[in-house]
Amino acid sequence: MEKVTGAEALMRALEHEGVDVLFGYPGGSIMPTYDALYDHKKTLNHILVRHEQGAVHAAQGYARVSGKVGCAIVTSGPGATNTVTGIADAMIDSTPMVVICGQVGVAMLGTDAFQEVDVVGVTSPISKWSYQIRRAEDVAWAVARAFYIAKSGRPGPVVLDFAKNAQTGMVNYEPATVDFIRSYDPEPDVKMTDIERAAKMINNSVKPFVLVGQGVELGHAQEELRTFVEKADLPCGTTFLGLSAIPSDHPLNMGILGMHGNLGPNVMTNQCDLLIAIGMRFDDRVTGNLATYAKQAKIIHFDIDQAEFNKNVPVDLAVLGNCKETIAEVTKLVDQTKHTAWIDGFKPYAEKEYEKVIDKALHPKDGPLLMGEVIRKVSEATNNEGIMVTDVGQNQLMACRYFKFTKKRSVVTSGGLGTMGFGLPAAIGATFGAPDRTVCLFVGDGGLQMTIQELGTIMEQGAPVKIILLNNNFLGNVRQWQEMFFSRRYSFTPMLNPNYELIAQGYGIPAKTVTERADLDASIAEMLATPGPYLLQCAIKEEDNVLPMTPPGANIDEMLLEV
Amino acid sequence: MEKDTTTKLYTFLIYSENVPGLLSQITAVFTRRQVNIESLNVCASSTPGAHKYTVTAICDERMARILTAQVEKRIEVLQAHFYTDDELFINETALFKLSTPVMLKNPDVGRMIRFHNARIIEVNNTYAVVEITGITNDILSLFDALKTLGCVLQFVRSGRICITKSRVEHLDEYLAVREAKKLSQEKK
Repeated sequence: MEKVTGAEALMRALEHEGVDVLFGYPGGSIMPTYDALYDHKKTLNHILVRHEQGAVHAAQGYARVSGKVGCAIVTSGPGATNTVTGIADAMIDSTPMVVICGQVGVAMLGTDAFQEVDVVGVTSPISKWSYQIRRAEDVAWAVARAFYIAKSGRPGPVVLDFAKNAQTGMVNYEPATVDFIRSYDPEPDVKMTDIERAAKMINNSVKPFVLVGQGVELGHAQEELRTFVEKADLPCGTTFLGLSAIPSDHPLNMGILGMHGNLGPNVMTNQCDLLIAIGMRFDDRVTGNLATYAKQAKIIHFDIDQAEFNKNVPVDLAVLGNCKETIAEVTKLVDQTKHTAWIDGFKPYAEKEYEKVIDKALHPKDGPLLMGEVIRKVSEATNNEGIMVTDVGQNQLMACRYFKFTKKRSVVTSGGLGTMGFGLPAAIGATFGAPDRTVCLFVGDGGLQMTIQELGTIMEQGAPVKIILLNNNFLGNVRQWQEMFFSRRYSFTPMLNPNYELIAQGYGIPAKTVTERADLDASIAEMLATPGPYLLQCAIKEEDNVLPMTPPGANIDEMLLEV
Repeated sequence: MEKDTTTKLYTFLIYSENVPGLLSQITAVFTRRQVNIESLNVCASSTPGAHKYTVTAICDERMARILTAQVEKRIEVLQAHFYTDDELFINETALFKLSTPVMLKNPDVGRMIRFHNARIIEVNNTYAVVEITGITNDILSLFDALKTLGCVLQFVRSGRICITKSRVEHLDEYLAVREAKKLSQEKK
C-alpha cells in the first residue's frame, strides 16, 4: 500500500464521506492540506470565502437546505477563532457541520507559537464534539467519527483541530467508517409503552395543539407529521426553524409560535388541553413567561435529545426517539377524528390579526414601502417555492411572518443565536446545497454590512443569491425595542448607509433600488429573471415595527397588536 | 413531574471513556448553570477503559436532573446519575501536618487523634503526619479540635468518594445494552 500524507488522507476521507463542497480560506497552518486539495479540485469543490465567518455560515446554509453535513476548512489561530460564531450558531440550531482548522505542529503546542490558539478548549463548550488530530494515522478515524457525530442523533457542529505535523506525516490510508460509539446512542430505541400513552392522551384530548419544530425537518419526518395531524385532525403551530416542515397553507397550520408569531397559536397555547411538542426545545422566544405557559394543558414532548426533556418546561410525557419513527408509530394508534369546533376557535384570532396587522403590512395604500409587502411579493413571485434565507432582526421576523412555504427545507435563519451577518454567507451556501432552487435573502442594512465582504465570493462563484436589502437606515429591531421599552431614546441605531448599488456594481452584481410601490412587482420580476446574483434594494419605511409582539418576559398569550 | 425546590448536596457519579479534555467539559456543564462544584474526584473505575467522576454540588432536584442530562449528552460520557447521601456509602480522607513540639507539650492533641480514630503515620522532631478517613463531619470535627489546640501546620481533605447502595449496577447494564446493539448493528 502506498503511503500518503495526512493531508492527502484527509482529502480521501472527505471524499469517502461524500463531501462535494467545502467552504474555506487558506493560511499558514493549513497549507499542506490546501496543497493536497489542489489535486482534488475536481471532486472537492472548494469555495474561497472572504472571511472565515463566511465559511462556517455558508456551510450552515448548505447543510440546512441539503440535509447533508456542511464542511468548512480554515487555518489556525485567527482563522479558527473567526469560525466560533458559526460553530455556536450551528450548535444552538442543530446544524450538521464539520469545521477543520489547521493547528501548529504538536511540538509547538502550548508554546504560544505564531497563530496558535487552544481551539479544542475554545470550541468544546459550543460544539457537539471537538477533537485534535495529532498524528496522520488518526485522520481516517477522526474524520469518520466527526461526520457520524455531526449528522446522527440531534445534529450539530464538530471541530477537527488538525496539527500541522499530522498533515505532513505519512500514513497508509485506509478508509474508515464509524457507525457505533459505545458512549453515544443517537438512535434510541422507541419505547412502545410511551407511544401507547401518547396515543391515549391524544385520543382523550378535546383541544389538542401541536408545536412543530425543526426536529421534523432534521428527522426527515415532514410526511409523517402531515399524516399524523391529518388523521387526528390536530391544529399546529410552528417555530421559525420549523416553518417549512408543513406547508404554510395547510388547513391545519395555524401559524407561527412565539414573540413575533401569530395571535391564534399563542393564545391557544394557553387554552388547549394537550400540547404536543415535536422536535422543538421551548425556547424563551417561543414560550414567553414560563410561569404561565400552557399551565392548563398536559404536555407531550417528542424529541431525539433526552436532555431537552423538562429542561425549560416540565412535561407529562417524554417520548424519546427520531420523530420519523415515533410520530409514525403514534399515528397508527390515534383515532381518526375531527376537532372542528376547537379548530374554528382559532379563526377569530386570525381575523383579528389580519385586520389589525397583516392587512396593513401587506396592502398599504400609500406611504413608503413596507417589509411585509416586499417579502410576500417575492415569495409569490417564486410561486412560494423559493428558499428563504434571512439575516437577523426585523428582516428576519418579517420574512418568517410573510414568506410562504410549499416545499420542505426552505428556511435558513439564525434562530437560536440570532447572528447578524449570518444571511449573506448562509445564502451562498444554500445556492450550493440546493442549486435547482431560487434562494432569496432578506437582509437589513445593518446585517448586510457585517459580512458584506462575501459579495466577493458571490462575484467569483456567480452564486445566484437574490439579495433583497430591506433598507430602513436603522438597526431596526433594536430601534423598535428602544421605541417600545426605552422611551424612544435611539441610542446608536440610526445609521448612515453607503451607496449599495455602487458597492454591488464594484462586485459586478446587477443591482436596482426600488422606492415606489408601483415599481415593486416589475423590479422583483426583473430580479428573478436575471440569471445569477442580484441586489434589490428596497427603501422601506424607516420607523416601522414588527407586530404583533409579546413583550419579553410577558405571558405568551398577551400579544400587542399595536404600539 | 414533582418539583422539589429545596437545595441540598447531591453526588453525581459520572462514567466516561478515558479521553483527554473531558474533565473541563464536565465542569463547564456545572459552571455554566451557576452551580459550584463542592468536591471532585476522578479515577479509573472497575470497568476497563471507563473513568469515574465523583462530583458533589448543592442545587435543587430539577437542576440535578438538568446537570445529569447535560453531562450525559457529552459524546464520551457513558452514564451519569445523581444521588442523595442516604443512597451511598461515602468516604473521605484527610491528612494533617502537626507541630511535634506542640503535640508533646499538650496531651489533648494525642487524645483528640485517638478519639477520632485517626492514625499517626509519620513522626519526627519537627512534625507529625496524621491520617483520618470518614465522612466530612468527622474530619472537620478533628480539624476544629486540632486547630483550637494550635498545632496544625497543614491540612488537606480529599474529595468525596462513594459507592452506591443500590443492587443495580447501571454502568454494567448500560454497557451490556450497548454491546448488544453493536452486535445487532453489525449483523445488519
